[in-house]
Amino acid sequence: MSQRELPQHPDFLWTNPDPKKSYDVVIVGGGGHGLATAYNLAKHHGITNVAVLDKGWLAGGNMARNTTIIRSNYLWDESAAIYETSLKLWETMQEDLGYDVFFSQRGVLNLAHTMQDERDSVRRVEANRLNGVDAEWVTPQQVKELCPIININDDIRYPVMGGTYQPRAGIAKHDWVAWAYARRANEMGVDLIQNCEVTGFVMDGDRVVGVETNRGRINAGKVALAAAGYTSVLADMAGFRVPIQSHPLQALVSELHEIVHPTVVMSNHVHVYVSQAHKGELVMGAGVDAYNGYGQRGSFHVIEHQMAAAVELFPIFARAHLLRTWGGVVDVTLDASPVMGLTPVDQMYVNCGWGTGGFKAVPAAGLAYAHTIAHDEPHPLNRGYGLDRFVTGALIDEHGAAAVAH
Amino acid sequence: MMVIPCPFCGPRNETEYTYGGQAHVAYPENPDALTDEQWAQFLFYRDNPRGSYAERWQHSAGCRKWFNAVRNTHTYEITHVYRLDQARPDGLPKAPLATKEVGA
Amino acid sequence: MTQHQNHHGGRLERGGRLDRDQPIGFTIDGTALTGYAGDTLASALVANGRLRVGDSIYLRRPRGVLSAGVEEPNAFVRVNGEHNESMLPATTLELRDGLDVTLLDGIGVLDDRPDRNEYDKMHVHADVAVIGSGPAGLAAAKEAASGGARVVLFEQDFELGGSLLSDPTITVADQGALDYVASVRAELEAAPEVTVLTRTCVFGSYDNNFLVALEKRDDVASAEGGVSRQRLWHVTAGQVVLAVGAFERPIVFSDNDVPGVMLASAVKTYVERWAALPGRDVVLFTTNDSAYETARCLTKAGATVTVIDARPEVKAATSAQEGARRAGLTVRTASAVVGIEGSEGVTGAFVASIDDAGQLAGDAELIACDLVAVSGGWTPNVSLHSQRQGQLAWDDVLSGFVPSAGVKNQFVVGAGNGTYDTDDCLIEGARAGRGAAAAAGFPASSSADGGDAVAESAEVWRARQHRAAGTVRPLWAVPAPDGSLDTHFVDPHRDNTAADVLRATGAGMRSVEHVKRYTSISTGIDQGKIGGVNTIGLLTQLLSGNDTKAIPSGQPGQDAADAVELTASGQPARRPTPGTIGTTTFRAPFTPVAFTALAGRGRGALFDAARTSPAHSWHVEHGARFEDVGQWKRPWFYPQEGEDMDAAVARECRAAREGVAFMDATTLGKIEIRGADAPEFLNRMYTNPFLKLPVGKGRYGVMCTVSGMVFDDGVTLRLADDRFFMTTTTGGAAKVLDWLEEWSQTEWPELDVTLSSVTEQWSTVAVVGPRSREVIAKLAPDLDVSKEGFGFMEFRETTLASGIDARVCRITFSGELAYEINVPRWYGLKVWEDVAAAGEEFDITPYGTETMHVLRAEKAFPIVGQETDGTVTPHDLGMDWVVSKTKEFIGKRSFSRAAFTEPGRKQLVSVLPLDHTLRLPEGAQLVEPDALGDYTGEGLPTAPIAMVGFVTSSYHSQALGRSFALALVKDGPTRVGQTLLASFGGKFAEVEVREPVLYDKEGARRDG
Repeated sequence: MSQRELPQHPDFLWTNPDPKKSYDVVIVGGGGHGLATAYNLAKHHGITNVAVLDKGWLAGGNMARNTTIIRSNYLWDESAAIYETSLKLWETMQEDLGYDVFFSQRGVLNLAHTMQDERDSVRRVEANRLNGVDAEWVTPQQVKELCPIININDDIRYPVMGGTYQPRAGIAKHDWVAWAYARRANEMGVDLIQNCEVTGFVMDGDRVVGVETNRGRINAGKVALAAAGYTSVLADMAGFRVPIQSHPLQALVSELHEIVHPTVVMSNHVHVYVSQAHKGELVMGAGVDAYNGYGQRGSFHVIEHQMAAAVELFPIFARAHLLRTWGGVVDVTLDASPVMGLTPVDQMYVNCGWGTGGFKAVPAAGLAYAHTIAHDEPHPLNRGYGLDRFVTGALIDEHGAAAVAH
Repeated sequence: MMVIPCPFCGPRNETEYTYGGQAHVAYPENPDALTDEQWAQFLFYRDNPRGSYAERWQHSAGCRKWFNAVRNTHTYEITHVYRLDQARPDGLPKAPLATKEVGA
Repeated sequence: MTQHQNHHGGRLERGGRLDRDQPIGFTIDGTALTGYAGDTLASALVANGRLRVGDSIYLRRPRGVLSAGVEEPNAFVRVNGEHNESMLPATTLELRDGLDVTLLDGIGVLDDRPDRNEYDKMHVHADVAVIGSGPAGLAAAKEAASGGARVVLFEQDFELGGSLLSDPTITVADQGALDYVASVRAELEAAPEVTVLTRTCVFGSYDNNFLVALEKRDDVASAEGGVSRQRLWHVTAGQVVLAVGAFERPIVFSDNDVPGVMLASAVKTYVERWAALPGRDVVLFTTNDSAYETARCLTKAGATVTVIDARPEVKAATSAQEGARRAGLTVRTASAVVGIEGSEGVTGAFVASIDDAGQLAGDAELIACDLVAVSGGWTPNVSLHSQRQGQLAWDDVLSGFVPSAGVKNQFVVGAGNGTYDTDDCLIEGARAGRGAAAAAGFPASSSADGGDAVAESAEVWRARQHRAAGTVRPLWAVPAPDGSLDTHFVDPHRDNTAADVLRATGAGMRSVEHVKRYTSISTGIDQGKIGGVNTIGLLTQLLSGNDTKAIPSGQPGQDAADAVELTASGQPARRPTPGTIGTTTFRAPFTPVAFTALAGRGRGALFDAARTSPAHSWHVEHGARFEDVGQWKRPWFYPQEGEDMDAAVARECRAAREGVAFMDATTLGKIEIRGADAPEFLNRMYTNPFLKLPVGKGRYGVMCTVSGMVFDDGVTLRLADDRFFMTTTTGGAAKVLDWLEEWSQTEWPELDVTLSSVTEQWSTVAVVGPRSREVIAKLAPDLDVSKEGFGFMEFRETTLASGIDARVCRITFSGELAYEINVPRWYGLKVWEDVAAAGEEFDITPYGTETMHVLRAEKAFPIVGQETDGTVTPHDLGMDWVVSKTKEFIGKRSFSRAAFTEPGRKQLVSVLPLDHTLRLPEGAQLVEPDALGDYTGEGLPTAPIAMVGFVTSSYHSQALGRSFALALVKDGPTRVGQTLLASFGGKFAEVEVREPVLYDKEGARRDG
């Protein structure tokens, strides 16, 4: 579809019921992960007596704010497994959900600007390949062929020395993904309750039996937390901590231009990542604001600093215009890998700490988390992501591959 | 732009500072006496409230001194700054929230 | 696409804020036209009888100029020049001689030629920032400046005056409006602490009154002359006065996007400010009183005007309707424009009566016209206020969202606050100016005269605003005779109609945020300035009372959650109002800003500092190629004539091991640690002991994180009992200093320790190789450089033959006999040259980081950041010897955790390719031979293949006469002798695992 056409969304997406008195599973957080989990519970585990609660508008958190990059080229085996499972699910999503979310597999380039960047890149490429993830090291000339608008000359401060390329990576329309999962879940009987904020948990000894909300008490057989940017607040209510810190993460778009940028480019070293969406806006992001912040906003100098990097690498962007900036809240663990699994509270589960990796993981997180909830034990994909890794020291350090400064 | 009042230099833009996360989390007196769970709490767990937060800052582009501040992590308003040798001024508890035995 | 519209407007003979002695030629889509200095591109087009601009993005409908300002959704152009710039609204583009533009259809075209212009950044601290120079802003600035405060007045237009520019004939403060503007301007410009910035739009408002603004300098910019084209202002203001005006809303009716449908206030602006008449036979369609001013000015300009007032008849002599009739205009009340005749341009308007519910109450009649001026009401410009989470509330009388509570240290005045009467704006602005000045500590001069009469209460002022605004009829969508909604444009830029909004609610969406995303309304250039409130208003029609329970709270301008009244049965009592729904979030920038303006001067060499050694010029002269290590430029290798890197490195390595070579080690981090407790401090920071290090000796130390991971290493010298000189890795210097300071200050303030970075103060030359002693002997004749006289890891202070004081250390990173000469940085080049001269007779060879890497790798010395990645412990590196078993140090506790004591950790070994000439790529992964299964390297394996390690460093060794590599391999030391496969690029190569150190295992070469 050309950039001068836009698709029609389905006539009907979801109902707006009042919450029932009880459900078998209450999912707290109606973003991509919460919705995908509800979908998986219904579809693959036959559990349909489910409510997804969102304190605001459905998928209005990070799902509405991310820069939509989808890839599976993370370093470690555990990461490759879950992100690659996710990528394969992205590839069948239109078929599975009956919704074209404009998943565009246009590849992702992670650029190298120093010798150590190159070593780290080759290490990651080779690990990717042996884990069945498509990846290759590309030279500066190949970078230029993949993305003609990149400046590979020596006249910039940190010239491009090559990069990694994952051909099957890409972008998708984040809101539509949420709606696709929401619609199917709703069809299968899941209640999507918006404007419903959890204000406390109802416990029976060490076991959670319900949630208190601004719309009344809802009893629950199980409670699953899937609220990026709010998990610590909820966990505090339940009497435990998760090893995350919440930071603002900003992103921005330009106005629409004729398509010039054919792929997704990320650079750790000069710190910027950018794609051009279907209808023509440039979509860009950089690093988190360093301080803890729940304000869904950050400081302007973070935006400003990434622009020099962007214009250096892409001189053609010089007179593209910043049209809109915004922020979300990312929850970051010390190893830049998520937490998914059981909690100290019986029948309560947590999925959090995805940092900047959440959007791409939506399909696989939904799959793994639904399994975890249904079976009260982790799926193989999230076995390594439990809280116990912080005790044993078996961290899964993905700072490099996360490609976003923390 | 947050303006952080360094107790030594006065108000400066946030760009002059380095963030240090939660305040009042002392290095354990005797690490060897801690279990692995307790050690993990010290290494990886910090409070993460949406609201009033006692945190550390270093005035890295100025006097290079560390100090503490109480800031609302939702509104970003700084209500107090105080030196490392001063008590938390707003009277709120220093100790991190106690945590149950971590699950699987 | 760019057909002339058939209408009869054009330039009026008199009037307008133009310099008719300065005609300006410009080109649009190849057609040459003329305007005057003072025109915008849009006003010049209107004056030339052209309302038609580009087509709409998706539906490709003809569009025309709608507005006269930043809210313009249709008239976008590409300015052509050395570097084209797209998506600029014609309504704010100042007309310049030679302007060459192309009309765009909603999508820009980026230019791949370089933009040679420069972009600057400015920083200012102001006592008071006044944003907007309409009557409220000018009154505020005047008062604020009068007491001597530093005031910056921002105006995005190239002229001061705001709405006064469209009201030149009214009286303001006993003067003509434009005289008032000129006199305030003169007063401000005469005040030493006042800056007036025109063409400068404040687009972002951040915590603590930090504002960001873009100044356009097309009037003075010169690429050749080094005058920047735009400047990005960073403003920290004690007080901010927002006097940013309001936007008029269009009305949503069938075909309301046809060229020739324009905002009524814009029509007035074109006539009054630019003497440009957009049409001669005008239908004026309004829901409120303000548009009658347009009717009046059109009539004065010779147009005929028929007023279609949606409101019922007001039988009062003072009503606007009666006033218009007395002036001879036809006024039809309780009526609406329900459709447009014409598609390339308006040729007629269909008008019908409407009832109290807004439904059609009769047949439509066609009124011939060439312009339809519309006014759907006014929307205060609350963007900057709301960017600061300023509260908003729906005001039903004003029919707009108004600021309801001020942001700290900010004042909102004028139309941006819902104050629509000019005199009231002056009062409100002046009051704010005085308030801001007083708060800033510079009371306004008028305050002394009692200029601050007791302000009325907010309620009283609100009532005054309501009176001034008169009655506004909320008319969110006018029914079409055929019942359709699909040409009722709500967001013309995004081609979104009322039908789209209806689809969104039909799909189940209740939040305005969802509607925005489902339709794309307000995501375009105007970011909802045109269509935002109309969308919200429309939603109040589409959503029933019951739907409101599902509307999520938290949007700006939303009524408090508990404000919804419920009936006895628990259902919301009333239809939703716009306050029930709220707005979408306002975000910076208020208007678009070019990426390159944000980049500023940080381009090319200025993107980041390039730190260089004092000997840099020598390296350059001698053909060094450089490697970026952090911000440093380090010599990488020194190729001679005809050499590639391999040849140069081979020669450099041989020199270092067989003769003598020298390397610039200036870039290493250096920190002086002083104090009575310095030894204890170091003892806690390093994994190995430092308490008993003798004065005059150095020791290699390793530093770990609290998690037990290696994060830096280096040699530390003991200069005195209480004084140490630490070196760190080049890239780790700042990190290590931060680390040391953090522990010293936050954990151990009782320790007497002072830390100073001295990286920049010293220059270091490493002289390396069996003949290095001879070179040092020449350079430092006072030193006993014999093996017995100068032991390993000792250092001496001496005066070199040149007279320069130096500290000479016997430290080696290659395993060869080596010395490091440290001198104050000033002497760096001189000493480097002296080393070269002294070593000439021995063929001394300069070498760079590549050779350094090879030499140390032959000895298996790890490089932090290459053999370590934040997950590697000293034990993993085979450095148990550096980890004290007795003392407490940072990281120690972590070593006893499960993941550190179990087998399977990756540990340092060397791997030797069976093919002695094969140099493995660094990063190659290692697998056990039978892990491959049937995978040949072609494509990808069908199931993951277990990896046991990876190559960290890989070189060709002159000393060994073959290739070799270092690697981290699971249980590495237990695999010595095993064969593994290195996997790279789809190929596999056999390698043998060996102990890490391959060369000079005993360390015999160290002493020469």
